[in-house]
Formats: sequence, structure tokens, C-alpha cells
Amino acid sequence: MATKDYVLSLVERAERGDRRALGRLLTILEDVSSETAWVLEYLAGRSRGAHVIGVTGIPGSGKSSLISRMIRVLRDKGYRVAVITIDPTSPLSSGAILGDRLRMQEHATDPGVFIRSVTTAGALGGLSLSALAMIEAFDALGYDKVIVETVGVGQSETHVMHAADTIVVVTMPGAGDDVQALKAGVLEIGDIYVVNKSDKPEASKTYEYMLFVAEKGEIGRSGAWKPVVVKTSSTLGMGIRELVEAVEKHLEYLRNSGEKLSRLSSRRRLLVKLLAEKIVLDLLDKVAEEELAKTHEGLEGFYKRAIEIARTTGEKLLNLKIQ
Amino acid sequence: MSMERTLNHHTTRRKVKVLVAKIGLDGHDRGAKVIARALRDAGFEVVYTGLRQTVEQVVAAAIQEDVDIIGVNQHEGSHIYIARKLVEKLREYGADDIPVVMGGSIPVVDVDVLKSIGVKEVFLPGTPIREIVDKLMKLAEERRRTGRV
Amino acid sequence: MVKLYSKEALEEILKAYKDWEENLLPQWLSRMPERQEEFTTLSGIPLKHFYTPADLKDFDYMEKLGVPGAYPFTRGIHATMYRARLWTMRMFSGYGGPEETNERLKMLIRAGETGLSLAFDNPTLVGVDPDDPLAEGAVGVVGVSVPTVVDMEVVFRDINLGEVTTNMTINAPAPVLLSFYVAVAEKQGVSYDRIGGTTQNDPLKEFIGQKTHVFPPEAAVKVAMDVIEWSVKNIPKWNPISISGYHIREAGATAVQELAFTLADGIEYVRQLIARGLDVDEFAPRLSFFFDAHINFFEEIAKFRAARRMWAKIMRDWFGAKKPRSWWMRFHVQTAGCSLYPQQPWLNIVRTTIEALAAVLGGCQSLHTNAFDEPFRVPSEFAAKIALRTQQIIAYETGVADVIDPLAGSYFIEWLTDEIEERAWRYIERIERMGGMLEAVKKGYPQREVEEAAYRFQREVEEGKRLIVGVNIFREEDIEEVRRVPLLEFNQEEVERRQKERVRKVRSMRDEVRWRRALDELRRAAERGENIMPYVLNAVKAYATLGEIMGVLKDVYGTYVEPPYY
Repeated sequence: MATKDYVLSLVERAERGDRRALGRLLTILEDVSSETAWVLEYLAGRSRGAHVIGVTGIPGSGKSSLISRMIRVLRDKGYRVAVITIDPTSPLSSGAILGDRLRMQEHATDPGVFIRSVTTAGALGGLSLSALAMIEAFDALGYDKVIVETVGVGQSETHVMHAADTIVVVTMPGAGDDVQALKAGVLEIGDIYVVNKSDKPEASKTYEYMLFVAEKGEIGRSGAWKPVVVKTSSTLGMGIRELVEAVEKHLEYLRNSGEKLSRLSSRRRLLVKLLAEKIVLDLLDKVAEEELAKTHEGLEGFYKRAIEIARTTGEKLLNLKIQ
Repeated sequence: MSMERTLNHHTTRRKVKVLVAKIGLDGHDRGAKVIARALRDAGFEVVYTGLRQTVEQVVAAAIQEDVDIIGVNQHEGSHIYIARKLVEKLREYGADDIPVVMGGSIPVVDVDVLKSIGVKEVFLPGTPIREIVDKLMKLAEERRRTGRV
Repeated sequence: MVKLYSKEALEEILKAYKDWEENLLPQWLSRMPERQEEFTTLSGIPLKHFYTPADLKDFDYMEKLGVPGAYPFTRGIHATMYRARLWTMRMFSGYGGPEETNERLKMLIRAGETGLSLAFDNPTLVGVDPDDPLAEGAVGVVGVSVPTVVDMEVVFRDINLGEVTTNMTINAPAPVLLSFYVAVAEKQGVSYDRIGGTTQNDPLKEFIGQKTHVFPPEAAVKVAMDVIEWSVKNIPKWNPISISGYHIREAGATAVQELAFTLADGIEYVRQLIARGLDVDEFAPRLSFFFDAHINFFEEIAKFRAARRMWAKIMRDWFGAKKPRSWWMRFHVQTAGCSLYPQQPWLNIVRTTIEALAAVLGGCQSLHTNAFDEPFRVPSEFAAKIALRTQQIIAYETGVADVIDPLAGSYFIEWLTDEIEERAWRYIERIERMGGMLEAVKKGYPQREVEEAAYRFQREVEEGKRLIVGVNIFREEDIEEVRRVPLLEFNQEEVERRQKERVRKVRSMRDEVRWRRALDELRRAAERGENIMPYVLNAVKAYATLGEIMGVLKDVYGTYVEPPYY
């Protein structure tokens, strides 16, 4: 175990702009353990109200290139930008190729940009927890915009998306069934819809259709915000400014309506819940190991103690009135 | 300011994370891609930064991703130049504990030169993947045991 | 239809085959099992023990083979083939600055090379000047640095461009390099109708192999078509495109994929040019091809034969080309760089010899033989000369060039030619369903196929299913001898410094007004979607550099960043 002092010294160094320390700190948050809790405790109260932007959409819709273009515009506006990209894990080997950052490498050396890749299954303790913890770190360390990119399938990715302040759903022209796909899960709950690759001739049809379903209220989150549809081409850099404007307008809406605060609180509630779950589950694993090592009554002993842990932790959580 | 510390806890970290990089303008990425796949299938997390990267971009990515190893695939003959610059930049950013390995069209006589620059392993075409995986695994373990930041 | 074998003959042959299979084979197998459970070509095509007329039972001689110089050209595009003129011995060469390369070209001409082929350095290949930060350490390393028309002039000092033909392996910046060449020829007093050679100018394969792409696929194809259109109308002896399977193969494709993807690229270009209003017979004779000759001997020969037959059919039947010249598939071959290994490198001479023999037996029009030291560096003069001499031995000593298509009629070769053709058509059909190769490339289809094939091959090597002498069989651990292989040495830093200096000098000495106007005109032409070639040529003559011209075009067309296909 690393000492608490060391972990906290990493935070301090990261606060002073040491990117190496930040990279290492993110690893500690990614591999959730009790050290993660130290870091989060330390960071608590330091939130600077970062704007968390979830970018999701079907594979091949050009999310990463779009984000890369957005980064440039956001940087021009003077924002510091952090990106968390989530790549799928190979089900066979549990290894992964993290390729999303490839499209954003032009920003790698920009001191106001920090890009980190995570795998869906790689994070011990679940992707959602890792990603949420990383968001806290970026927020506390002065990143104004934290962009989270996922393909938006699977429970943990849905979790992450729901934790975002603004959800951008990226689609592309061409296939009618792509629009149908929007109606599945997380893609339905966008605040902003992007028709990317709109240099393609079929783009206006898709755009019209998106406007139509947005108008009818078939897509979008609940609340007073009506989803905005933007046409972009990440290849040619078209529509990016408009997209960023829409994202900014949504933030303004969130602030004015008070939703910004409620989103922060629900994001943190989720983080705390997942963290508690993780700590309890780790404890159970430890107990299981100990009890099962004892011959004969191992299984019974584990079972008894596990129930006890579940009950007492549950009660504790209830007492804290967390969800 | 760079602080030395042993990171024992990292020996329990789940996956070896490797950055596979092509530096410069060379587009021969067959080797890089085969290696990336092979490492993925061996359970590694592979960050692939794509073609035409500068040394600075690769170092930045390595730091942001907190990788265990940087693997550079070169087929364009400037491996010595690139290795020197890479090692130098890593030092400049306090990240020279991240081991660098290289592979590609590299003359045998240059292998020693690369090692003297600080490249930990050089893999010539025809090196069995198993051997590469084993050596990377060892380097990662070694770094996690003694690495500092 | 003329059947080669009578029904009675086939029955008898089949009977004999069955008898062998049921009696002789089990007897032998029980005594001595075979070396492998399954025998396949390098591309994974399963092979029988031996082939008989029964494998060709519906073989239509006239439809499948015919005579050399006539449709379907399986036996060769010329009626006399190598009996009249040997293939062109064209050695891909270039390193350092224009001065070094000029010396190397002259050495090769003295040594009996019959055509020139320029290798450019990576900065030139992707269209940046030597003083661009991306060029650092790469100037002159894998080929010659040619950022301005002045450099091109030095490359061809004392070489008359009216008397040689020059192949230029250049893709995205092809309009620029071709303009350099044309401008130098003009300066030498060579008229446009005497300028001969080839620009590779094949953008689609760049997304699959070699990867010196600059523009996104659509724009890349547009620019390449500009070069073809302009060349056909202005420099009639020029081959404005070399539709290349070589790099696709080197990236890991199978022989079938190499063939299919190359033809699919060709089909796309023909469609694009027809859509521009060009007559197919106007440009078809100027299309040329480029293939790899890998180590699996018979498969390669069959591939070359199938390629000619397929292209003739595509041009005649799909596109309705009328001139027999339009049905020709003329192709250059390079032996497989990816089949060479650094372990016991002199063995590469043997590999290259076998591959070159396959290219000749397959009827190539020109040939580059790799030097044995290529896994390490650009060839030394010594190694390059052995490579050239290898071709000369095949041409002058072995007698294999004396009879046209000598392997025709081999039951195995004909069966394999048919099999490869059949498999390639299936790929082409799939690509057609995707809307052609441009669409397929945008979807990443061929890229994925090739990456998977490369990985499959690597695993086969790992598992010992593919044996490579010196690599996974007959390995030698002592590498002292390898260390002593003399490699090409030159002062790269000095070349880089010199090239930077020259490009700066060119920039400082030109007519600023004329230069600015030429680039502005180019930009506007590109924005309007006009053919950019006249404007590039004009800019080149105003001493605009490669990087400047490509910079303007990148502004207009965008830059391609390869996605991670997995």
C-alpha cells in the first residue's frame, strides 16, 4: 500500500500543474481502493463547478474527431479541457486497445488539455465508479470542461452518461435505422443531437428527421430544455462553433434553472453509492477468503458474516439517508 | 520537483498498460498493429496513438495515460535520432522511469547503440510475440516495483 | 466451346485417381504420415496432393487462355513477350539529397538498369518541406528529398529525360512531383510527347497500406483523377497511375486480397474518370498496375495470370472498352519486402531470386528486385547491384524468358489460377455491394480485412505453421556475422542541413508576387473543384515548394487522420 501521505502529495503536485502526478493520481482513482476514498475526501469541497459533457453515439459516427474539433474551440474560449474516453474491453482476453485518443492527439501537448483512456471492464470496481472519481479530480483541479466519451451501451456507461450535465448524442446521415437506434437507451436522452458527417448529401434528410422528433418531444431528457439539433462535419470542421454554442447555452440553462446543482448532487450521490458498494464488496471478498480458508465450516461462516456485513452497512447507509 | 518513492501497491494493479507508438512520417504500421493486437490478446491495455506522431506527443500521451511501457515501432531508419530525443524528453518531464522498447527495421549494429541510449529492449522482425510479451511483462513488473514519480 | 479432354479420357483419369486415393494413398500414409495435416498456399488456399485433367474438366482453352497478345491475355499482353523485349529492370532507388541519388541513378544505368524508379523520403511522400518540424531526422533517410523543382533538376543532372522513363513512387503529392518532373523536362528541351514514366498516384491503397495519405478519401481520389485527366491530354506517354497491390500485400494481405482490392481500386478509378466525361479508350491504355511477388511460388504465378484475365474482362465487358490496348493489364512487380528478414540476411538473396522468377513466369512488364540488406536500411551499392544482377541472371542465363507463359497447361497452375480468380471475384462482388472501393475504404472494410490477415499470418508463424528459415527454423543465435554486413553509410545530418538550406534559398530568391499569385490561383481552382494540375504546374514554375502547395491543398481538402481499425 502506498502511504496516505504519498497519495495526498500526488494531489498537491497535480494541483500545482504537475501532469505526471495527475496521470498517476488518475490511476489510483481508476483502480478503486481505499486510497480512492482518501483522494476523494481530500478533493471534497474543492469542486469548481466543472461542466461535465457526455458525448455518446453509435460507433463510426465520428465522436472522437468531433471532440477533437470541440477541444480546439473550447480552448480558444480559454477553457481548460479534460477528456475521459471509454473503450470497450475484449471479452476474450480482457485486454483492450484504447484507440479513441488517437483522434485527439493533436491536443496531447497542450498544457490546457488532459486526455485519459479507460476501458469498460478494466477498471477494478466498475467503470462508472472510476469515471466518476476521475471527473471529481478534474473538477477540483481546475478543468472547466470534462468531456466523457462512450458508445453508450451497457449499464455502467449509461450510469456515466446520466452523470453528465450535458449529453451530446452523435449520429450520422445515411441509415434510417440509425435514427431508430437513437430510441434505444442512453441515445434517447440527449440534450443536444449532432448530425455529424453532414458534408454527405443525405445529411439534410437526417437533420430534418431529427428536428421533427425533437420537436415532437420524442427524444430528450425531462425538464424545460428542448433538445437542439446541430449539423457538423468533423472532417471539414463545419458546425463545430454552433455545437459549442449549443453546449454553452445548455450550461446557461442548467445554471439558471438550478439543474446544474441538482445534477452535481445526483452525480455525487451515485459516486458515493458506488464507492460504498465497492468497499463493502471488497470487504466481503476478504471475509470470504478468510472464512473459506478455514476448513469445514468455511462456507457457513462466510455466509453468516456476509449477511451481518450487508445488514450493518445497509443500516449505516440508511442512517446517512443516502438514496 | 520530482519525488522518489517506491510504489509497492502498484504491483497489484490489474493490467499492464502499454503505449504503442509510431513516431515520424513512416506509414508502415503492420508491425505496430500486429503487436497491438497480440498484446491485447495477451491481456494488456494498449494505447495506440496512430501515425505521424512527434516525440512530444508520445511523451505527453504516456504521461496522461500513466502507461507502464512505451513501445516504438520504426521502419524509417531514424530510430537512433528518435530514441535519443524520446529518452531526453521523458527525462525532461520526469517520466524516464517509463521503460522504452523499440522494434522494426533496425540494423543489428544499432541495437547496442539504442541500448546505450537507454532503450530497454530492441525487437527485430521475426522476434516471437511470446518473447515480446514476456519481456514487456517483466519490464512492467520491474517498474511497478521500483518505479518512482 | 472446345473441351480439352474427352469424356472417356476424364472417366479413365478419375478412375485412376480414385484408385490412388483408395489403395495407394492409405498404404503410403500408413507407412509414412505426411509432413503436415493440411497443405495450403500462403493465402490459405487448401491444396490437394496432385492435380489432373479432372480438376479442369470444363476448362475452355480459348476462353481461359488463348494466345499471348490477345484476349483474355492470361498468357501475356504482348504477342512476343520476352522474346522481343525483356521486362524493364527498374530498381527503386533514392537516398539522401538529390546529389546522392543522381550518383546512384547513374551507377545503376551504367550497371545495365533499363528504367529509373525514384524512392522519395518520408517528408516528400507526405508533402512537407525539409524544414518542417515533422521532417526532423527523416530527410533523405528512406529515399531522396525533393521539395522543389530545383532539387528535381539536380536528381536528373546529366540524365536526358527524353531518353529514360522514370517511375515515381508518389501519391498524395503526385501533382507536385509530376509538375517538378515536367518542368525539368521542359527545361532540358524535352517535348511533352516524349516525357515517359509513371506516377504511382493511387490514393485508395494508401488507406490500406503504405499510408502516406494526406487528404481524406474523396478528395484524395479527386486529386489523383486530376493527374490522370491532365496527363492523358498533355503527356500521352506518361502512365499517370500505377494501381498498386504491392503495399496492400506488404501490409499483410493475402494474394487473393491483394488481387481483389487492386482490381476494385482500378474499377473505382475507371468509374470516376468516365464520370468526368472521359472516353474509356482514351485513358484505359494509360492505366498501369503494380504487384507484389511473395515467396509462395505457384500462388504468385497464378495470381499474375488471373489478374490479367480479370482486368481484360472488366475493361471489355463491364466498361465496354473497344481497343484491345484498353484490355491490357501492364504491371510492374516488386519482390516482397515483407518476406525478408534480418536473421541471416544473405538468405534474402535466395528469397528474392525465387520471387523474381515468379514475377517473370507471371509475365510482368517491369521488375524491381529487393536488396538483401533491406530489413536494415536503404540498400548499399553492393546489395543493390546483386539485386539487379539477379534479374539479369534470370533474363540471360536461365532460359525462362525464351518461351511465353511456360507453365500454362499445368493442371495445378491452371486450377490455382481459376481458384484465385474465383476467390477474388467474390471479394469484388462484396465491394461492389458496398458501393465500390471508395465507399468500402471509407467504411474501413479492406483495412480491417488486411489487418486481420496480417495478424493471422503472425499467429501462424508463432505456432510454427509457417516456417521461415533462420527465423523459426534453423535459427542461428550467433549474430557476429550479421554485424559485419556492410550497410549504406551517408551523413544524414549533413543532407538534412543542406536540404533545409536549399529550400530556404529557393524561397528567398523567387519572385514574391508571381509566387503568391500562383498559390492564390491554385487555392481558388481547388475551391471551385477545377482540375488542379495546370495550377500546380504554374506554382511549381513560380518556385512554390512542395510543402507550400500541399499546405494550400490541405486547407481546401482537409487532412486525413486514420481511425484505429480493430
